[in-house]
Amino acid sequence: MEWETVIGLEIHAQLATNSKIFSGSSTAYGAEPNTQANLVDLGMPGVLPVLNKKAVELAIRLGLAIDAEIAPRSIFARKNYFYPDSPKGYQISQYELPIVGLGHMDIQLENGDTKRIGITRAHLEEDAGKSLHEDFQGQTGIDLNRAGTPLLEIVSEPDMRNAKEAVAYMKKLHALVRYLGVGDGNMQEGSFRCDANVSVRRPGAEFGTRAEIKNLNSFKFIERAINHEVERQIDIIESGGKVVQETRLYDPDKDETRSMRSKEDANDYRYFPDPDLLPVEITPADIEAVRATMPELPDAKKQRFMAEYALTAYDASLLTLSREVADYFEAVAQGCGDAKLAANWVNGEVSKTLADNEMEIAAVPVSSAALIELLKRIQDNTVSNKIARDVFAAMWNGEGSADAIIDKKGLKQITDTSAIEAVIDEIIANNPGQVAEYRSGKDKLFGFFVGQAMRASKGKANPNTLNDILKQKLEG
Amino acid sequence: MAISEAEVKKVARLARLAVPDDRLEAYTQNLSNILNLVDQLSAVDTTGVEPMAHPLDMMQRLREDVVTETSHREKYQSVAPEVEDGLYLVPKVLE
Repeated sequence: MEWETVIGLEIHAQLATNSKIFSGSSTAYGAEPNTQANLVDLGMPGVLPVLNKKAVELAIRLGLAIDAEIAPRSIFARKNYFYPDSPKGYQISQYELPIVGLGHMDIQLENGDTKRIGITRAHLEEDAGKSLHEDFQGQTGIDLNRAGTPLLEIVSEPDMRNAKEAVAYMKKLHALVRYLGVGDGNMQEGSFRCDANVSVRRPGAEFGTRAEIKNLNSFKFIERAINHEVERQIDIIESGGKVVQETRLYDPDKDETRSMRSKEDANDYRYFPDPDLLPVEITPADIEAVRATMPELPDAKKQRFMAEYALTAYDASLLTLSREVADYFEAVAQGCGDAKLAANWVNGEVSKTLADNEMEIAAVPVSSAALIELLKRIQDNTVSNKIARDVFAAMWNGEGSADAIIDKKGLKQITDTSAIEAVIDEIIANNPGQVAEYRSGKDKLFGFFVGQAMRASKGKANPNTLNDILKQKLEG
Repeated sequence: MAISEAEVKKVARLARLAVPDDRLEAYTQNLSNILNLVDQLSAVDTTGVEPMAHPLDMMQRLREDVVTETSHREKYQSVAPEVEDGLYLVPKVLE
């Protein structure tokens, strides 16, 4: 029997503010424990939360990018539960009237089709602190530096039908958050994390009972966790059991999900409007002020790259995955005047070397200006594309500029026909057998001669010139 | 609208309040009385009235995104029951 998977994602994006959502404590990552936790963050009696303007602006920014309605009036609520890393005994969140209403985002499927994923809402809330469970004589250590850090929780509709779609959605949203400068999206530091609601059903039937998988903090884990959860649920149903609605935690070491909270009251949060906070009013003028500062969005940039630089959809989508890569590409394309060449290099050598070194484009050691200089040497036939890759590797290692390296290593392409002719004459003289075979019709041997000639010239012969001369000489 | 003893127990548990068994009936009665009083408001026709989120008819003032706080960890931790390496210690919690 066939099963259909239904997935909805709740993504928590940490907002790029300097201070906390309701207090003037710093949100900087990695400080000494509890040095960024003041009286408001500690939940001391008598303190009042005051909402951070930047957090509101960043939420509006994301809302505009997903074509959502921005609530003219939005309210904060208390979500009540007890856990030591939440010192007030409640989390300030939004329940009714979230700041961002219904929106959507289009994702690209593996077969190239586009699918629209609905986004139910996005609301502002505060993060909790961190619990450290090891090494305190049977006690738990609490660091409240993160408590009160602003989060935007972005809740999707249950519109995804397999783990790959969920990953595509998460990646696209991750790129969008970074594009907009809404958050840094750093997954290692927990600035972008995801909970997945997963259920299975017969195609066309009512939704099945869902399980929520918590705190998925990498694209690889989310795909594996969902696939495992789907298998687990199908096994339960096919052996006559029933899926229980619960929260499960993915364990990447064991590659399985396990039940996390089965306490009967765990989800009874008794939300009510927070009397410490007044309703937030957002006027059309506020929205327009944010809109005026919006950067070009990834999809629009991709379309423009295809139109303006005559790139393929594939090249354009790779180049627009992040704003930094897109900016780097545009600088190179405009500097060398050949967008296709620039795209090939940025999507090829540059991104490959970044990946090999597990680096981000922000840290690329070869600046766009340095790459332009190298591409110009390809364009004026100083080096071949192949030699240019060696020059690039040397530039990456800090050995100097393209021209300096070409000069120092003597990589300048040989375009002087007499020098190439001399090399070819020698090869023809040294390989009489192959020459005879070639002349009797074994065309494939042409590659052999090219290889020999390239080797003899240490790869520096201009490939076109070499081919032409070789052909003439062999035709004899 | 009345509230049952079971509901009182549940609400007390969620709020981490101890309600002794011999007080349960009184709590149930008192809470029911309050709820009945509040219930009388339902008799008012509220058609077209926007639900109120806050008794003050004002909008939230916003704060500029500026770090204004410095660390007073030593002071705060001097009243904590137990601390170690800058962390507040609490009875072990594990999911």
